Amino acid sequence: MSETPFMNPGSAPAPPAPELIRAIPIRHYGRWLGAAVSVGIAVLIIRLFVVTPNINWGQVGHYLTFSDIFLGLQLTIVLTIAAMAVGLALGTVIAVMRLSANPVLRTVSWVYIWFFRGTPLLMQILFWFNIALILPELGIGIPFTDWGASINTNVLVTAFVAALIALGLNEAAYMSEIVRAGILVVDYGQTEAAVALGMKRGLVFRMIVLPQAMRAIIPPTGNELIGLLKNTSLVSVIAAQELLTKAQNIYARNLLVIELLIVAAFWYLLVTSLLMWGQYYVERYFARGATNRPLPPTPPQRLREWLRHRLSSTSASDAGRR
Amino acid sequence: MTLMLETLMLEAQQVCKRFGRNEVLKGINLRVPKGSVVVLLGPSGSGKSTFLRCINHLENIDAGRLYVEGELIGYREKGGALYEMRDNDICHQRANIGMVFQQFNLFPHMTAIGNVIAAPVKVKGESKVSATERGLKLLARVGLADKADTYPRQLSGGQQQRVAIARALAMEPRLMLFDEPTSALDPELVKEVLDVMQDLARDGMTMICVTHEMGFAREVADTVVFIDGGYVVEAGPPREVLLNPQQQRTKDFLSKVL
Repeated sequence: MSETPFMNPGSAPAPPAPELIRAIPIRHYGRWLGAAVSVGIAVLIIRLFVVTPNINWGQVGHYLTFSDIFLGLQLTIVLTIAAMAVGLALGTVIAVMRLSANPVLRTVSWVYIWFFRGTPLLMQILFWFNIALILPELGIGIPFTDWGASINTNVLVTAFVAALIALGLNEAAYMSEIVRAGILVVDYGQTEAAVALGMKRGLVFRMIVLPQAMRAIIPPTGNELIGLLKNTSLVSVIAAQELLTKAQNIYARNLLVIELLIVAAFWYLLVTSLLMWGQYYVERYFARGATNRPLPPTPPQRLREWLRHRLSSTSASDAGRR
Repeated sequence: MTLMLETLMLEAQQVCKRFGRNEVLKGINLRVPKGSVVVLLGPSGSGKSTFLRCINHLENIDAGRLYVEGELIGYREKGGALYEMRDNDICHQRANIGMVFQQFNLFPHMTAIGNVIAAPVKVKGESKVSATERGLKLLARVGLADKADTYPRQLSGGQQQRVAIARALAMEPRLMLFDEPTSALDPELVKEVLDVMQDLARDGMTMICVTHEMGFAREVADTVVFIDGGYVVEAGPPREVLLNPQQQRTKDFLSKVL
């Protein structure tokens, strides 16, 4: 009988454990060079901004907490949140319409997306601000009767309202495609299982499909939210007093152009950072059950774990030394 | 007639179903008494899964009638005309029919107990406390009392399928449909699911199962139905159909799988 290779006969002693591999790592000279060039360029850029006598950093610090800048920042944030709320709610409705069995609803939603994605946001903002030119009066009432009430459109549609309508309706077109993509990702078996349990269609959508779609919806929505935050600066064309407009107003008076742009950039970046931080936790919430292992720890959890590990290991080595 | 209505769980009369030009069911006739276990056998593409899906109206039928406990499924018959049922009424019928899928289809964003109580709470309006209490008993019954707070993707296939059975049972269905419940499982996990099904059968649950598990058919089924080409070719007790088939097509099929 020939002996089978790769099989240890039962009587043979267990072989010694193999030696661990201790190879000399490859030297990555290219990486070192690349890193050196990058750091060099970064230093030059920082020097350009810090050393130059043309930027008055004292003034930047002064205007960073200027009350007018805060008013502008407040409007920017309010516009972003309100327009995103409109975009999410309306976008979800339009996404469901596009997936509907009703051809009329499908067509209406398609035309909506076609129009609001197909024309510049700037144009839409100007259109809503000037809506009074085609609708001088807005009213509610019962058709073909005298009953009703109306209001001058220019009174109702202020710069803020026009900005909100324009940003919200435009955002809805983009959000609807994101929501639709999320819905399509969810396996149809989920709907079948829910329906087989006797759930109605609306309940299936809210309880089963949408929470699973959220995982695919959130990352691009984070993009949209940050994009929207910055797009609020477009409403300066209708003189809505958001962050960038406020900064422009100030530098028109004192000519500290770059200083005030730096102030605006600081606040935009700060809000963006907060949004990214929030997105991380929202993503974690909707990731529950998505993988076969528990979620990795958050950065603060990892930091705490690391600190505790460091403290316990130093105290252990102290004890050893004593 | 009244006697029949009281003892019959399912009655299929000339059920036909086509997908486009493809005629899948060409006139299925079947009567399933209450408390019996029926196994549907047949080659792939024979229409057995489609027939199962018609029973709870996941597919609508093109001709014939399907009755569950004497109630027409999916339509209302009035004055000689058929009316399509509203979503609400269909949901009501489905709530009494449990279904177990080949791919489990558990809701991955809910824990095991969350899966089990979702429909009782949201469809029947049961309180969360009482649904959870019942749900934990059902999970214990399928041997998963300690997995209540685990998410489906952290469970093995066999465990997931047992949660899926508990989820269906939570609606207290009068009829259970099993669509190849063990086909997606690793061989060593098949038995734990079949054991749960056998336990259900022993308790008197009416079950209609599409499965390739011949051992289950032989030992648990009251009736084995062989479907091929969209028709019921042969039906009877497992001893007769499996050991002494009368039709040539049944013989051919069994010679390949036994």
